[in-house]
Amino acid sequence: MATPRTMFEKLWDAHVVLQRDDGQTLLYIDRHLCHDGSRQGFTKLKNENRKVRRPDLTFASPDHYRPTDIKAVSEIQDQKMREILEELAANADRFGIHHFGLDSGMDGIAHVVGPELGVTLPGISLVCGDSHTATHGALGAFAFGIGASEVAHVFATQTLWQRKPKAMRITVDGKLGFGVSGKDVILAIIGQISAAGATGHAVEYAGSAIRGLDMEGRMTVCNMTIEAGGRAGMIAPDETTFAYCEGRMFAPKEDKWDKALAYWKTLPSDDEAGFDTEAVVDGNAIAPMVTWGTSPENVVPVTGAVPDPANEPDPVRRATQERALDYMALTPGTRMTDVAVDKVFIGSCTNARIEDLRLAAAVAKDRCAQVRTLVVPGSQQVKREAESEGLDKIFTDAGMEWREPGCSMCVGMNGDILQPGERSASTSNRNFMGRQGEGGRTHLVGPAMAAAASVSGHFADVRTLMEGKS
Amino acid sequence: MEAFTKWTAKAAPIDAANVDTDQIVPAPFLSRIRTEGYEGLLFYRVRRNADGSMDPDFILNQDAFKDAGILVADRNFGCGSSRENAAWTLWDNGIRSVIAPSFGDIHYNNEMNNGMVPVMLSAEICADLRQQLHDNPGAEITVDLENNVVVAPDGKPHVFSIPEFNRYRLLNGLDDVSFTLESETEIAAYEAKRKQEADWLY
Repeated sequence: MATPRTMFEKLWDAHVVLQRDDGQTLLYIDRHLCHDGSRQGFTKLKNENRKVRRPDLTFASPDHYRPTDIKAVSEIQDQKMREILEELAANADRFGIHHFGLDSGMDGIAHVVGPELGVTLPGISLVCGDSHTATHGALGAFAFGIGASEVAHVFATQTLWQRKPKAMRITVDGKLGFGVSGKDVILAIIGQISAAGATGHAVEYAGSAIRGLDMEGRMTVCNMTIEAGGRAGMIAPDETTFAYCEGRMFAPKEDKWDKALAYWKTLPSDDEAGFDTEAVVDGNAIAPMVTWGTSPENVVPVTGAVPDPANEPDPVRRATQERALDYMALTPGTRMTDVAVDKVFIGSCTNARIEDLRLAAAVAKDRCAQVRTLVVPGSQQVKREAESEGLDKIFTDAGMEWREPGCSMCVGMNGDILQPGERSASTSNRNFMGRQGEGGRTHLVGPAMAAAASVSGHFADVRTLMEGKS
Repeated sequence: MEAFTKWTAKAAPIDAANVDTDQIVPAPFLSRIRTEGYEGLLFYRVRRNADGSMDPDFILNQDAFKDAGILVADRNFGCGSSRENAAWTLWDNGIRSVIAPSFGDIHYNNEMNNGMVPVMLSAEICADLRQQLHDNPGAEITVDLENNVVVAPDGKPHVFSIPEFNRYRLLNGLDDVSFTLESETEIAAYEAKRKQEADWLY
């Protein structure tokens, strides 16, 4: 009998082009996603006078620099942003790669567009010059973020030199409570294992609470694997995955679908397969989460309070916490529900898919935003679907802004930013200092909790707010 | 890529865990192309007060450390965004090596792809190095890639490991695209096999 293997090992083995004696492996890349921030990779390619080896496997979508208040590139006021989007279109044309431009009706955040168009599939290797590429692992793929030099390398060779990461399994069993979503699951995981807890590992998320998530929730969990330090995150493909993939534009059809499906069913980890590292999180105990500091590991349940650095024995950790609280202008012991917010951002590759917007809309319905709230769908397809369900109307009736798709205030590169000293409730993935704008103070939450903060003007327990509703 | 064999330089202690790449170089500077340079942008926001003036308490603003060519940090240095601009910013401000207990995976590769040597040493050794640097401001550290050893200010050697493949490339200043294309036969063979066995991909 064959040696039992983890899903990660099966994915890895299927993509080995060659392995050197020193352990370095040349891996084949099935799908390469790029975006307007990948221009440094294109520049390197041009400087070296090389071509894209497999333009048919390379897909570009403008997202980082795309303003969310315009519909066409020609409408972009900021010259630099306009040039960057024009440059991506020109590069796509020059190298013959797929391009989901603003006039395609398919544009959006690369990590939203890839899965929804069927570019991302189970069993593939996928890279993108963006750290949140682990998102795609939610479909049962091996997906990881890379730097600009590596982007250029994949353009030119369709391969990457990699050292095999260790395999880690994070098991979340139990039933998630009302008001608890994939975002709360991953924040609880990071809070438990730390922002470096998965460093050097490819992480498989397992357990009944994970299997119970829909594809959007699974993508949210895998998306933030990088925030735990992990190279890649993945979830075994199952009927939920197959139903999600079937019929999508780039997904296999007819005979090829049957063949793919048969292969995908062999991907889950074998029962006897061993992992280098294991972690267990109790799904029943997860509450809606809110971050208080400047690392995603600085997280507490919404019922909790800002911690006191005096309780931290390690001097470096204590100093880091003190610096974080100073930056966030928070006093130890303050209850999270007493913290007022200035802006709310619902969007990003973490939480801008249709189910995320449904969760937020359920809270926003028949209520009023107390602070400026941006709702930024992850793609044109998500936007159309939300509008067909009337979600846009719910948001605008609540006084929220319904915008065009892009990365927006997650990274603040397109002009959507916090002003110095402003505090946000944000469904994005990073609460780093200055991430959403110089001096901005970011608290990470799930989409329902972001909407709850918007209609309350401060962090609020969505479970209390929604009492009596379901 | 410039070759790296041995680097002796003043070193600065960075007493923080999870120094993310947003801190190393903030997003508004990412639209700069490589040739525009990143001098003066290292820790652009973290080293400044809210009013834009320099924070004298920030270690790299202090005379003894402002010319540092090596940083000694705490765990998870370079976590977060994949921006290679972070490695470029370190390089353009004279940093050739960062010593830490652990690194963000992508940043670790980005450093090596730009001729820098990220050195992993235990949390205890890193804490000891930082203490020595606080006690002797301006002290030098040597990162010797030929012998895989770091020489501390107190003269003590600390052996480190780095993937042999990357070490070879760093020692010889090799760009890997040309190197990879020497394996064209294997890549083409894999593609042919993949097309046959997994036609659903295409």
